Amino acid sequence: MRAGRHSTEHDPAPVRWGLTLAALSFLALFVVLPLVTIFVQALAEGWSAYWTAIREPDALAAIRLTLLAAGIAVVLNTVFGLAAAWAVTRFQFPGKNVLVTLIDLPFAVSPVIAGLIYVLLFGAQGWLGPWLGQHDIRIVFAVPGIVLATIFVTFPFVARELIPLMQAQGKEEEEAALVLGAGGWQLFFRITLPNIKWSLLYGVILCTARAMGEFGAVSVVSGHIRGETNTVPLHVETLYNEYNFAAAFAVASLLAVVALVTLAAKRLLEWKVRQDGTGVAAAGEAREA
Amino acid sequence: MAIEARHIDKTFGSFTALRDVNLEVNDGELVALLGPSGSGKTTLLRILAGLEHPDPNPASAVLFEGQDVTRQDASDRRVGFVFQHYALFRNMTVFENIAFGLRVRPRKVRSSKNEIRDRVTQLLQLIHLESQADRYPSQLSGGQRQRVALARALAIEPKVLLLDEPFGALDAKVRQGLRRWLRRLHDEVHVTSLLVTHDQDEALEVADRVVVMNQARIEQVGTPEQVFHHPASEFVMDFLGNVNLFHGRIEAGKAVFGPLALDHAGAEGQSARLFVRPHELDIHRHRNGKPSLRARVLKVQSAGSQVRVELEAETGDALTVEMAHAQFRESGVNPDDWVFVGLRDVRIFTEDYSI
Repeated sequence: MRAGRHSTEHDPAPVRWGLTLAALSFLALFVVLPLVTIFVQALAEGWSAYWTAIREPDALAAIRLTLLAAGIAVVLNTVFGLAAAWAVTRFQFPGKNVLVTLIDLPFAVSPVIAGLIYVLLFGAQGWLGPWLGQHDIRIVFAVPGIVLATIFVTFPFVARELIPLMQAQGKEEEEAALVLGAGGWQLFFRITLPNIKWSLLYGVILCTARAMGEFGAVSVVSGHIRGETNTVPLHVETLYNEYNFAAAFAVASLLAVVALVTLAAKRLLEWKVRQDGTGVAAAGEAREA
Repeated sequence: MAIEARHIDKTFGSFTALRDVNLEVNDGELVALLGPSGSGKTTLLRILAGLEHPDPNPASAVLFEGQDVTRQDASDRRVGFVFQHYALFRNMTVFENIAFGLRVRPRKVRSSKNEIRDRVTQLLQLIHLESQADRYPSQLSGGQRQRVALARALAIEPKVLLLDEPFGALDAKVRQGLRRWLRRLHDEVHVTSLLVTHDQDEALEVADRVVVMNQARIEQVGTPEQVFHHPASEFVMDFLGNVNLFHGRIEAGKAVFGPLALDHAGAEGQSARLFVRPHELDIHRHRNGKPSLRARVLKVQSAGSQVRVELEAETGDALTVEMAHAQFRESGVNPDDWVFVGLRDVRIFTEDYSI
């Protein structure tokens, strides 16, 4: 076999160096350079201008709103993700495949459409609009709409992380605990949760990052009211459209930091999963053994 | 009666796993549920544990020590269950695994910390793994994992112990050691046990009684000697060990298989099948007056505890004979020799009943 097999380690040096260089330059041009630009532009007018831009009341309101929307979305989607993963991997029920497919819907649908759905449902001209108007409930162009749109775009993240893992781990450990007399909560907190904790955390982090960075869906339902319905990404756009570049980049740098933290957390968790043997691959091996 | 299952049916979609199964296991017995994969044995075990539920039927019931547990949750039945793939809690040490069943008890009936520690230590001694108490399952060998699984199941002092192919994932050598150990353990602990297996050697060696299952039904229940020597059906005969099979039919009160005609009641023209195990055949150089078949020796395989001789009868049927080495040397048989094969114990099955 040795003669017939073409090992990449034995490619000529120029090929290896050429490919590496191409990959690195591509990365530098499309990822590193823009990232650096954000921070350079943000600090173009000095640290004090940076601080002013971030501590300006409208910016603070945007940060608060983003944290609120992301907070609600992440909590609800974590509960939903756990419930969906549990149901899909532990039970047989009619409509299971439909559920699995629907979980992916937000990935397939353009966020703008996601926003429009809520406008069509809850807007003044929408299906439920007149009824909501009569009862003086505002959803679209208000905080509830932003929260709803954020939940919609981010609901696959936790479920998608958990389903393959729980499938690979199987339900034998839970059955063993059940037969040993464990109740439902004991089962969840002592067996299920410890086995999925790192993947769950990873899903939550991804979900948080996406919830904070969401632009399209939120933009449609927000109405861009400064200090009221502007989230951080929308505030960046508003500032940019006003040619206030330094301030726009200063606020944008916050989102860039969120992205960098997410990446670091991802690396850390992947390392943790390998240590613990709670990953999909490890679960598969354990069952083979 | 430690375990009683009455009129259990179970279907998964269009697949019938169990069809009106009735089973009784006496106090302190070790019973093997033996059958090929898909015969329903694991499903029956899971129904006893409460991990599956039988199809709704007013007559169906599961009883432990005379008490109806059909409606009880798995967590209330107090059964010990040992899974084929161990199902140890990967995030807990060996000690914590064994202690789990004691720790999750409601506060009122839970033992004190010291009592739990003593009980777990005692179980660790029983499975000879005292030194591994702080290890994680991933650091143990397969055989060690299964012993921990067994100790974990025994920790809750179960009313019955259910073992689902407990040695199925282990290699042959470890399997043999472990099943002997399990038998000794059972003689010590005396907990009523039901063991699922598809390995007939395992069932015959370990169990007090064997329940042979096939296609969602119980074919025969009996001691290992009964099921091996007096199989109730062709399936049991065929499944428990190797057999030579001949096809024939009933003619004038005799079962006729080529040159062989053996007394056997049956309707004229009914098809009949003759089963005989390889060790129930003799090889002779000459006819000795008993029913025998002329056959040519094809191959002699003497590497093993017994000599296996493969032959082709003049009827064209393939034959396998097993005998002791001494007996083989005495017979002086060589490949290509024409010999006579005598039949000592034969079992003849016609359509649906046997002698």
